[in-house]
Amino acid sequence: MLRLFLASLAILCACLTANAQETGLQPILQAHQDIIAKSSRKTIGPAIDAIAASDLPQAQVMLETWAAKDMWMRKSDGLFFAGKKAEGRSYELIDFDTGEVVGTYQKSDLKQLKPNSGIRAMIGTALVTFQLTDPNRDKRLAALQSIQRDPEAALLAPLRASIDGEPDAALKAQKQRLERLLSIGFDEDTTARVAAITDMSGDLGVDVRAALNPLVVTTRQVAVELPGNANIAAILKPGSEALTRDAAYDLLVANELAAPRVSADDIRAALAANIEGGRVGDVPVAQLDSDAKRVQAYSVLAEAGTVPAFITPADVDAALGAHVFFEVFSEPSAEVTAAAEKALERIELKVGLNQTLDLSLDAISLASIYFLAAIGLAITFGVMGVINMAHGEFIMMGAYTGYVVQQFIPDHTLSIIVAIPMAFAVTFAMGVAMERLVIRWLYARPLETLLATFGISIALQQLAKNIFGTQARPLTAPGWLDGAWVLNDVVSISYIRIAIFVLAMIFLGLFLYIMKRTRLGLEMRAVTQNPRMAGSMGINPGRVNMLTFGLGSGIAGIAGVAIGLFAKVTSDLGSDYIVQSFMTVVVGGVGNIWGALAGAGMIGGLQKGIEWMNPSNTLAAQTYMIVFIIIFIQFRPRGIIALKGRAAGD
Amino acid sequence: MERSFIAKNPSVLVFLAILSLFTIAVTVLSEGFGIGVISTSFVKTLGKTLCLCLIAVAMDLVWGFTGILSLGHFAFFGLGGYMIGMWLMYERTRLIVVESLSRADIPPTPSEVVDAIGTQIFGVVGSSDFPLIWAFADSLVLQLVLVVLVPGLLALVFGWLAFRSRVTGVYLSILTQAMTLALALYLFQNDSGLRGNNGLSGLQNLPGVTASQDVVSIWFLWASALALGLGYILAAWIVSGKFGLVIRGIRDNEARVRFLGYSVEVYKLAVFTLTACIAAIAGALYYPQAGIINPEEIAPIASIYLAVWVAIGGRGRLYGAVIGAAVVSLLSTWFTGGQAPDISLGFYTIKWVDWWQVLLGVSFVLVTLFAPQGIGGLFDLWANRRHPDRHGTNLGPDDSSLREKEALE
Repeated sequence: MLRLFLASLAILCACLTANAQETGLQPILQAHQDIIAKSSRKTIGPAIDAIAASDLPQAQVMLETWAAKDMWMRKSDGLFFAGKKAEGRSYELIDFDTGEVVGTYQKSDLKQLKPNSGIRAMIGTALVTFQLTDPNRDKRLAALQSIQRDPEAALLAPLRASIDGEPDAALKAQKQRLERLLSIGFDEDTTARVAAITDMSGDLGVDVRAALNPLVVTTRQVAVELPGNANIAAILKPGSEALTRDAAYDLLVANELAAPRVSADDIRAALAANIEGGRVGDVPVAQLDSDAKRVQAYSVLAEAGTVPAFITPADVDAALGAHVFFEVFSEPSAEVTAAAEKALERIELKVGLNQTLDLSLDAISLASIYFLAAIGLAITFGVMGVINMAHGEFIMMGAYTGYVVQQFIPDHTLSIIVAIPMAFAVTFAMGVAMERLVIRWLYARPLETLLATFGISIALQQLAKNIFGTQARPLTAPGWLDGAWVLNDVVSISYIRIAIFVLAMIFLGLFLYIMKRTRLGLEMRAVTQNPRMAGSMGINPGRVNMLTFGLGSGIAGIAGVAIGLFAKVTSDLGSDYIVQSFMTVVVGGVGNIWGALAGAGMIGGLQKGIEWMNPSNTLAAQTYMIVFIIIFIQFRPRGIIALKGRAAGD
Repeated sequence: MERSFIAKNPSVLVFLAILSLFTIAVTVLSEGFGIGVISTSFVKTLGKTLCLCLIAVAMDLVWGFTGILSLGHFAFFGLGGYMIGMWLMYERTRLIVVESLSRADIPPTPSEVVDAIGTQIFGVVGSSDFPLIWAFADSLVLQLVLVVLVPGLLALVFGWLAFRSRVTGVYLSILTQAMTLALALYLFQNDSGLRGNNGLSGLQNLPGVTASQDVVSIWFLWASALALGLGYILAAWIVSGKFGLVIRGIRDNEARVRFLGYSVEVYKLAVFTLTACIAAIAGALYYPQAGIINPEEIAPIASIYLAVWVAIGGRGRLYGAVIGAAVVSLLSTWFTGGQAPDISLGFYTIKWVDWWQVLLGVSFVLVTLFAPQGIGGLFDLWANRRHPDRHGTNLGPDDSSLREKEALE
């Protein structure tokens, strides 16, 4: 029974297909055979429209085949088929309507259709209509993206039609949004366009601005009388700020409404062309080395009629007075342009607010980098008062430690987890060694500490160069730190910067804990304030100093791992941060972690602020920032948060 | 009766004698005026070294005698070079431009000449207009005045700001370093008006001079030697008088000098500005011999090297600074120039090009730790002069004040 049913169903289907063949695609193709075969971009339009309008499912296959240059015409009867290369120089032809193989033909009996890129673009547009309702979600998404890239009036109707049938909620929302955007540009009804503009006027997306901006584009025009039918944005008065007299006159010249002025170059060329017997217009050539003489010679030539006459200021006045200058929207509808301008204004305000937010995030992130680089210094310089010019090199060593660890542990997450304690250990050991061997002997001579540690710094830099070479080494962040946290099209911040911020906060907590809650911190503060008294209380100042210095250096090493994740790891890595780090500590106030935090915040914020005012120029931003800091020190020589009382002693 | 300046400072006479002997010897051995044993490029190296000795004298004055560890004197040096470089470049380009324009049909107007010079000089940074700072570039006299005036003014303003807010010690060092960094970063910009990181080039060609480089290099050697001699005498004269006593007092205990009624800020400012001017003159003589100046030269690292030279040579004695600058910079040239022989250790060959910096850094640490007197200290041994052994007790009440050993010079 079931078999019988299936058999009858098969027959029914066959009949339906046969039925479709009569009214199928081939007759449409045949109706436009000439223009399809001719393959010209100018004339192909009606054929593609007719194919798209047929609403036949096989039309999509046919268009795809055509665009892929796989459609062939049988020369004997002019019918179109999909071709598939068979043996030798023969092709297997497949009927579009039935999907059946018609037969194999020699290439000489066939003509391949090779649509050029212009036609392929038109085919693509027609295909989008089909793809919008394709059962495959990826294809629908691709179609939407293609519309976004290349919006066209013809796509609006199919897009609208496809919205209701869209099963996927996310895609549906995207389609609706795109429909609004297309309506702004292409709807025929002005009220519908204005409505679409009003709908989208609160949206921050770049695509919304991309849709609105072309509407308010103006061109500067000049005419004898104001045209009545144009959508005029503004009437300009020559000599005003928007339109200088020179610019106005140039516009007249460009529109061939006035004669061009004679420039200095023109005079020179004209004079050079009219030298006669060592003289030009009665002036000897040797005297032509001043503008006055040149003008004189040129006037003689102009009077003789050999060269065009000067344009006098009176001529300019007359020409400017006789014309009206104005700016015209390329969009003809005044309602639309008014709505678009209003919408853009609202968006601009919102964008401005969001940009401020984005800038603050940037500033916080930069500040946390500076803080991270400076926190080690806040211990060695701020607490111990030791100037360590090799601090930057400790940062560099931390970064290189991370690089070396990554050579042995390929998994990035694991390698970072291993690298952080490794970097701490390496730089801690280095710091302790340095304190024992060098700094210990120079506590009474701060300036010489500066010089000796500088000697260490150049030696370490060169050593790093000798070991790792001068090229930058990669320290790759784990995959989960890639990408950015995108709030909207304006505000975004990369995860790596968030991670650095978190790291900086952890270090702040760690520092506070060690200084305020541990035995070591207590001893550190005691030794810093009065080493002799601390010594007589049973604290070993030498040991405490060694550990303190090691701790500061170790933190610099960890900072190096973090900085290496986003900066290039080179032997100069540290020296890029050393001056900023000292600035951070000095500006913030020596001997106080909150000062370092405030200093980092101020320097980071300031630098981003200056960069925002002059975005193309980070060098200038740094210059102005340093100048500002020098001036700032004038007013608060002890930093933002200054220690008071005896602890503040030099 | 007052003894004369020379009698009080016999070392000045010795120094001048050695300097003259050196200059005459180089002249006799040179290609330009003598038998041609020393190549012109080496004559230039020696001339440049004399300029470096001059700035080292300035550094010694400000650091060794006044106790201001300035990490910014190379900025003044570079500024001096830029000021003279502007005239050299402008004038040379002008001669070329006038030459090429004279072949045109019509003689050029003055403004056309200036435009063409602008295009030649600033084409490399995508501009053709002269920035305001080039306003005097066409006049050698004015530009020579600017060599002293611009760095001097910068030092005056910076020093006034820094000293009046009582920024001292390491803070001042860091602040001067920041100033240097700011200046270098500013000059690195293309729109700074000084051709960004391209710097000024072709400075070795003196405009209007047809003599060969062999001869010109000797001229510059003489000029550098003269400048060094005069600078040395000036510095020696300053430190030998009352002024010298006051600035040494400031170095050893600033607060005490202030309480004695001296205006410490004025003294410091005077020394800082004067040494900045000396540094600028040294730079103005150095860069025509080097041929090119770019912002890289002003980077903070250069000023720190200057401190290294003076420290290795011996602070607080002028000849020490000269010796330090000469020895270390010539050694640097020798090692980094690839002339020093490699040392083979069997498993590894030490290439001095790579290892010189490490050696310099380490020896610097060692000098700081074990021989604060530097190379100049050897002269004390030779002269059999011993410091009184007071077991290195402090001079002042605080740990930070200098110990006897350092304060004696």
